[in-house]
Amino acid sequence: MSNNCYLEIIRPGINSTFQDKGRFGLHHFGIPVSGAMDYRSYLISNALVKNDFKVGVLEFAYQGPLIKLHNGNANFCITGNVIFKIIKKNKDIIEGVCNKNYFIEDQDQIDILITKKSVFGYLSFEGGFVLEKSWNSVSTNTKAKIGPNDGNKLNSGDKIFLKKNNIENFKARYLKIDYKEDNEIRVLIGPNYDYFSKDSQDRFFKEDFLITNLTDRMGMRLKGFGLENIKSSNIRSEGIVKGVIQVPPDGHPIIMLSDYGTIGGYPKIANVASVDYDKLAQKIPNTKIKFKCIDLSEAEKLYKNYRDSISKVINNIKLIK
Amino acid sequence: MIKKVINLGDTSLYCDFGDIVNKKTNSKVINLFRYLTDEIQKKKIEGIINLTPSYNKLIISYDLKITNYQKLKTFLDNINYKDINFPSKNKVVEIPVCYEEPFCLDLKHISEKLKISNEEFINKHLSGDYFVYMTGFIAGMPFIGDLSKDLYLNRLKTPRVRVPAGSVGIVEQFCNIYTFESPGGWNIIGKTPLKIFDKNNYLKPAVLSPGDQIKIIRISLKEFEKLNVK
Repeated sequence: MSNNCYLEIIRPGINSTFQDKGRFGLHHFGIPVSGAMDYRSYLISNALVKNDFKVGVLEFAYQGPLIKLHNGNANFCITGNVIFKIIKKNKDIIEGVCNKNYFIEDQDQIDILITKKSVFGYLSFEGGFVLEKSWNSVSTNTKAKIGPNDGNKLNSGDKIFLKKNNIENFKARYLKIDYKEDNEIRVLIGPNYDYFSKDSQDRFFKEDFLITNLTDRMGMRLKGFGLENIKSSNIRSEGIVKGVIQVPPDGHPIIMLSDYGTIGGYPKIANVASVDYDKLAQKIPNTKIKFKCIDLSEAEKLYKNYRDSISKVINNIKLIK
Repeated sequence: MIKKVINLGDTSLYCDFGDIVNKKTNSKVINLFRYLTDEIQKKKIEGIINLTPSYNKLIISYDLKITNYQKLKTFLDNINYKDINFPSKNKVVEIPVCYEEPFCLDLKHISEKLKISNEEFINKHLSGDYFVYMTGFIAGMPFIGDLSKDLYLNRLKTPRVRVPAGSVGIVEQFCNIYTFESPGGWNIIGKTPLKIFDKNNYLKPAVLSPGDQIKIIRISLKEFEKLNVK
């Protein structure tokens, strides 16, 4: 396979990493799943460029990269809520639209300026990037230094090769997405719910929690009323999964996200329902969220509906005539 | 066997083996962990994506698109626990540790606190019969037990911002090894030159697995440097 066509990273962006569905079966070694923070946008970005859903994409947070294409042409799209432009070789500028794919040629640039009212955006190329897999995944875990680029985020001067050098029969495709998203996060009660006073339990579902700046791919620190632990502020260290809400001794919850540590010792008051992971991951610091309690069967039903709604969105991709 | 099974969110089962943390409880956790690993490999059960054994819990995570809580709970309920026993799989791993400067960051204050000499402390630490309760928190970090009762210490009052990779620390009945440079509150007694976590080892990235037995070998600074070059 000849891979001459590559992307030159002129500006890496704040936190740009390759991600896919994540890696599994490694918790007992201390390796979390990782993977795209907003799984829905990841799936849609692959679908728009006709990739299999497991193909690795470039995830960026806030400011994304400035990229130049060399030695070929390519079909790409950006998903999420992102401001970007395409700077053509002849200096023409095309204002980018999310959820639409574009054809670019040698020396064209993609300038991903910023995500709007959201954290993560996704960049996909038809055919995907040439990346080395670790445990059947190209997801980058910068804490454990696992994944492409030796587990590091993107750097200036990096060269990323594309699997496809040339696009024949390019067809522009577009998807209209109209999410109406509130700040309500549905959760299931956690194993240590009874560690907290009755008053704290009630207020947990009544009051707002503020997302603080201490938020990254590993976890989201919240600021709230300060939960009162009436049992013990430490538990025997035990397994963690994505979405666990831990409460350290200061009473301010931490929600574990994709790059969580696999073991933790703070009481678990609740768990984010799978249906609301993607929504939560996109909430920017200083947003106020509110928790709503649901039960297991409801959570399972809601998740199934959510998956079906993503499939429906993908099936609605239309060709632009 | 399992004292209680509940859901952890909508993607995991939380199996609680009781409040007492010792080798006996942990062996039950590890036996079930090994049994399920086998069943997954034999494709007798589907949808499980991760197993996380710890001191007294086993968390079973699954893909909600493939299975659900009720199906896996039924599977667990139908296991005949009398058939689950894998004691022969416990292997002994030797861990070289250098207790000298500049690695033994807290040894002096430990000796003062426990009112024993450095040498007495080291000999007591070396004479323990240890095994791995669990690995995790950061990739590959082993939680080893049990220390002799007269070596029990609390966490540092102020955690260090940076604990060097390879550092060996103790808290209460446990001993651990920092696989990466990381913040941490454990009392640091020395350092191992052994690479405990190696991401390039595809089949076994962590040298130590839950259930392994540990023999600690004392090495000098010179030996440490020799081994560390490799």
